[in-house]
This record gives sequence, structure tokens and C-alpha cells, in this order.
Amino acid sequence: MKDYLLVYRADYTTIPDRTPEEAAAMTKRWMDWIGSIAAQNKLTDRGQRLAASGKVVKNESTVTNGPYAEIKESIGGYSIIKANSYEEAIVLAKGCPVFTQGGNVEVREISPM
Amino acid sequence: MQQPELIPHLFRTEYRKIIAVLCKRFGFEQIETAEDIASETFMTAAQTWGLQGIPQNPVAWLYTVAKNKASNFLKRQAVYNHKVVKDPAVNEDTSTMPAYEIDLSPQNINDSQLQMMFAICHPAIATEAQIGLSLRILCGFGIEEIADAFLSNKETINKRLFRAKEKLRSENIAIELPELAQIDERLGTVLATLYLLFSEGYYSVSNNKTLRKELCFEAMRLCYMLVENKHTNKPPVNALLSLMCFHASRFEARLDRNGELILYEEQDTSLWDADLISKGGYFLNCSASGNQLSKYHLEAAIAYWNTQKDDTKEKWEAVLQLYNRLLQIEYSPIAALNRTFALSKANGAPEAIIEAEKLQLTNNHFYFTLLGELYTGINNRKAIQHFQQALALAKTNTDKQVIQKKLDKIAH
Repeated sequence: MKDYLLVYRADYTTIPDRTPEEAAAMTKRWMDWIGSIAAQNKLTDRGQRLAASGKVVKNESTVTNGPYAEIKESIGGYSIIKANSYEEAIVLAKGCPVFTQGGNVEVREISPM
Repeated sequence: MQQPELIPHLFRTEYRKIIAVLCKRFGFEQIETAEDIASETFMTAAQTWGLQGIPQNPVAWLYTVAKNKASNFLKRQAVYNHKVVKDPAVNEDTSTMPAYEIDLSPQNINDSQLQMMFAICHPAIATEAQIGLSLRILCGFGIEEIADAFLSNKETINKRLFRAKEKLRSENIAIELPELAQIDERLGTVLATLYLLFSEGYYSVSNNKTLRKELCFEAMRLCYMLVENKHTNKPPVNALLSLMCFHASRFEARLDRNGELILYEEQDTSLWDADLISKGGYFLNCSASGNQLSKYHLEAAIAYWNTQKDDTKEKWEAVLQLYNRLLQIEYSPIAALNRTFALSKANGAPEAIIEAEKLQLTNNHFYFTLLGELYTGINNRKAIQHFQQALALAKTNTDKQVIQKKLDKIAH
């Protein structure tokens, strides 16, 4: 088994404001999805959500408001899962609730130092 | 109480106190001596009380005899060390009394038992040995009772305990409370052992209902000792005690007269112990401080919902989310199966079938039983196939009967 990083990306600026009920339904979708991976004993680390804004330190003197001005999508969160292959990791990533927000999941094998 | 019942009763309540105090005093080097003195005390009681009748205060009588025997041992040992071994560290004057006093005050008994709990549940001791030692030294169980609880024999248990005591010595484990900074970490092992002790009684294969119940209540008693001490009264300890109370509340309802399991759906709720349920609620509230969410918190909350028998949407959604979080902390096949069952109640059977088939716990009869249940009413042919696979994998008669009943239900 190898660890794979799942990076959740979406254009959070275009997501309309949600009612509390919609927000709760979205939370449930995430919890059920991550719970499904955990129930298969394939969750290494649930990970965390990331705050919407951030800073990018480009060099000693340049710091910009980030994440990235050039692309609209930003990273909303990450998790680490266990899988035998990319194929299996991709199957696990399918069904991720980020798709309903027009987002995507980047799957990266973790290569330990 | 008459003498024949009195001595076994006192053995159960007092042996463990005497042994903890003596062990603390002598150290694990002399654990066998401590056991011998404690056992001899009860033999002396049986002989003397048989001839002279029961003393006015039997417990005080036992403590006096144990103290005398222990002081005599310490004196003999001091003489031996001084005269035979010529240990210069030993004081010439062996008559100074305080050196041989044994303190059997309630405070010292309590302290010694708590310290003993941490010593026995030391991470260096194998889990199986921790359970055996706990039963023997912290709970005062006889070798035969321990053998019965494990469906084993006396020789095996004796050997296991012997090796465990050797380990206590070779690892040089001190009988003391860990330093405050280490308590949380060490408590983890203690709680895991208490939980196993409880489960041993709750899910035991032994049909001895009285013994099983006693195992559960002993685990609860030890957990309560931790709650009573200000250094060990931590949120996860309260959560574990809450969990045990909720589970124990169904003790009378979940086993029939022959010790056979009665399924949750078929239990007579009037047999559920309302007092234990309310205690469970009390300790669950106590556990809700700090920012640590242990698996015991989640399991206690699930156990709380299980005391609500009505099939409400709210209940199953809450249970599903608790299992989602529990599995993130610690995976276990049974939690994965229970999560999928809650999913079927909260989100519907079709979604749960898809999720269940991902689990692939194909050597587990509960897995096929769950699939059988999910398919019942959706695809009965598949349901029957799954129940038959479950039947082929089930080992105990109780499990087989439960599955057979479900099969019969579909057929009719």
C-alpha cells in the first residue's frame, strides 16, 4: 500500500452563498464520502480544510496575496489515502463532493524521503 | 452472612486490597510472597472462624492477620539480610517497629490499587498478560474463574500469569502513578485494558452469565477509581465509564437464561437498566470538557443512541456521523460494518449496498449477514445467497441460529 495525497481544488469565488441547510447537506456529503474511505481502511489522514485566502512568498522581497492570481481555482483542502496503485486511488477519489462544486481532485503519490 | 458465604465474599472484596498494599510495600520482586500472605490470611480465617465463630469485625480481623504475617516476613528478611547475607545497608537494630508496619488504611489501599493498575497496564506488558494480571491482582479472581472466562484451563492461566510476573520484574516496572506530564499517555494503555476487560465479559464466549457480569462490573469499578482520583479524572476516562454504563444497562435484556444472546431488536426494553442509562448520561456529560475527542467519546455517544430504541431519522443520521468519525480515528471491521448498517438507515439500502460491497470483508460472517439484510426486499435471491455464505462462515451455534432465523424469514 502506498499513500496518495488528494488535493481538492475549486473556484470558490463562483460558489453561491449557501443556506445553513445547504451547508449542512454539503458537510454531510463530505463526511459520508471520507467515512466511506475510512470504512474501507484506506484513510491515512483525513487532512484539513484550508482558509480561502493566503500569501505567496516569491522571494526575499516579494510577498503577494495568494494563492495564485493567475488561476481562479484554489486549494480548499487535502486528505491522504492508502491505495495499491494510481488506478485504485482514482477509484477512491471518484464520488468526491468537490465535483458538485465544479471542482477537481488532484491525486499524487507520496514518495517518502 | 454465614461463614460459608462470608469468606468467598470477603475474598472477592478484600484480597485485592491486601495484595495491592503488600505488593506496593514489597515490590514486584516479592509478588509471590505477597500472594502467599494474602492467601494464607484467608486460610487462617477459614480455620479460626470455623472453630471460634465469626469475629465482630471480620475485615479488621483479616487486616490484622495480614499485617502480622507481613511484618513477620519483613523481620525475618531483615535478619536474613543482616546475619546471612551480611548486607551492611541493613540496620543492626531490627526491633524498630515502624519499618515493619503495614499501612492498610483506606487511603493507602486506594493509592496502592491505583498505582498497581498503572504498573500492570504498562505498555511493556503484553495485552493478554495485562488482562490476566488485572483479573488476578486488581479484581481478586481465582485461577479457575480466569480459566473459565477465557475458556482455558488452570495450567495455561498459571503459566501465563507466571510469565507476566517475570516480565514485571525483568522490566523493572515501578508501582507508582506516572508523572503528571505522562499521565495522559499512560492512561491510554490503562483504558484500553479496562475496555478489553469489559468486552471480555460483555462479548465472552463463556456461558457463565454471573461471571461475565462480574467481569463487566469489575472493569467499571476500576474505571470509577480513575474517575475518583483528581489526577486521572480525565475526559476519556469519563467517556469510557459512560460507554460501559450504557452497554451494561442492557445486560439483563441481551442474554437469556442459558446465557444465549438476544438480538437488540428482540430485546425487552423493560429489562434495560434505567439507573445505568442515567449514569451513562451523567458520565458522558462529564466527558465533554477539554478539546480531546477520543474513540471512547464517539463510542459512548453511539451507545447513548442505542439506548433510544425508536428508529428515527435523527438517530441514524447521528449514529452514521459518529461512525464516520470513529473510523477516522481507528479502523475496525466491526465499526465499518456498523457504519454501513447506519448508512442504510440514514441514506437508504441501495447506497449502503454499494458501500458494503466495497468493504470486501469476505472472511467475516457479519459481512455476509449485513449484505443479506441489505438485499432483503430488494433482491431476495441475492439475500439468500449472502445469508448462506454467512452461515458457512459462522462458528458459534448462536451465530448460526441468528442467521438461520433470517433465512427462514425470507423463505416464508
